[in-house]
Amino acid sequence: MKTKAKHKVTSKKKRSASAVRLLVGTRKGAFILNSDGTRKKWTVDGPHFAGWEMYHLKGSPADPNRLYASQTSGWFGQKIQRSDDGGKTWEPVGDKFAYEGTTTTHQWYDGTQHPWEFKRIWHLEPSLTDPDTVYAGAEDAALFKTTDAGKTWQEFPGLRNAKGHLWQPGAGGMGLHTILLDPSNPKRIFIAISAAGVFRTEDGGQTWRPINSGLKSPYQLPDPDAEVGHCVHRIALHPSRPGVLFMQKHWDVMRSDNAGDSWHEVSGDLPTDFGFPIDVHAHEPETIYVVPIKSDSEHFPLDGKLRVYRSRTGGNEWEPLTKGLPQRDCYVNILRDAMAVDSLEPCGVYFGTTGGQVYASANGGNSWTAIVRDLPAVLSVEVQTLK
Amino acid sequence: MIRVVLPAHLRTLARVNGEVQLESSAPITLGSVLDELEARYPVLRGSIRDHVTLRRRPFVRFFACEEDLSHEPPETALPQAVVSGSEPLLIIGALAGG
Repeated sequence: MKTKAKHKVTSKKKRSASAVRLLVGTRKGAFILNSDGTRKKWTVDGPHFAGWEMYHLKGSPADPNRLYASQTSGWFGQKIQRSDDGGKTWEPVGDKFAYEGTTTTHQWYDGTQHPWEFKRIWHLEPSLTDPDTVYAGAEDAALFKTTDAGKTWQEFPGLRNAKGHLWQPGAGGMGLHTILLDPSNPKRIFIAISAAGVFRTEDGGQTWRPINSGLKSPYQLPDPDAEVGHCVHRIALHPSRPGVLFMQKHWDVMRSDNAGDSWHEVSGDLPTDFGFPIDVHAHEPETIYVVPIKSDSEHFPLDGKLRVYRSRTGGNEWEPLTKGLPQRDCYVNILRDAMAVDSLEPCGVYFGTTGGQVYASANGGNSWTAIVRDLPAVLSVEVQTLK
Repeated sequence: MIRVVLPAHLRTLARVNGEVQLESSAPITLGSVLDELEARYPVLRGSIRDHVTLRRRPFVRFFACEEDLSHEPPETALPQAVVSGSEPLLIIGALAGG
């Protein structure tokens, strides 16, 4: 009993010595939310870049003070901002995203082929080891990389050779929205595109192949098992097991145990398997989170009840997490990049809504509190665990 | 001396207050003023004109002396009142929305 009490005090001390920084991108600016490791009291700093759509902000795992942000506007285009002091100050860096080589084409809404046109950066993924190296996912779908801290960006044109002529924009545009770096193999990257599917490179980005075997899209594609064209909303992995991938597809929650070579459905007893984000617990590789949404034509929670679902078995068996979340009259959406987990013990889970709330759970999802309730619509949430 | 008025978001990006004043040599055209503006404030590259094609972004407009110059080619000479500095070139975020 005495030992247990001592342990409790030590981990409590440890939590309050650490800190957590949330990077929140919204339709009208970026916000930085800070707390100590207890995650009880939060400060809200922002808006940064007020009035701009902040699609995504993310910190370098190699240098937590190095942040990158995608700042976009329908009027004034794409900007990339970099901070070297944890978001206190920002400097614009390079924002010229030019597709390499000859212009290729993809499927257009009317069945014709349409040339690639740059619109915006959806996602920034800093290298796991080098603060100056960042990958950027673009709409129209392409992967870019900088190795000079954002000054210049180069495309990996080989990705568009992976049957790019068959890709097509979803209702939200043809965006490359997920970039997963394999911590055990620097040459292996997974990316996901709406509506094209998941792709993998084994040579650092030069060549790519679609890895969509097992996905079925009977109401979206004429051939439900097509090699490309699936509307993948998000993929996630646990760093300790990078060969195990989880996916929230347009409909269906999927899992792969062989780095994407094949997928099987793990929607199990979810009340609806439509949704956008999916994430993995920081310390339990078989614990995953989704937020079921009623349908693709009704982008809000079932029955007006905001429920995160957790599976501790890597899928199939799910439990609703409702404590602290609105259980009536809630009709917000949770977008694909708007969920994140910290690496404290217990694991913190965070998500933002299109209604401007950012919810936090400091106990793996058992209970939730709203850190803020009235931000602009939240596009992305990332968390940094600061030791 | 050419006076250029930027929209609020671009003033923030360029970190300027009020009008921008440019020294531009003849012939003073829409294109030459934009070249000079982007040379002075590189952060504005890509935000008024496309990085690659240099075409005006769809929701940016150029007004001067109560005229819309948005659809004029880059070699269009600016009105004498803009060249003399008595009137500014207005770069506008187009009315868009409801």
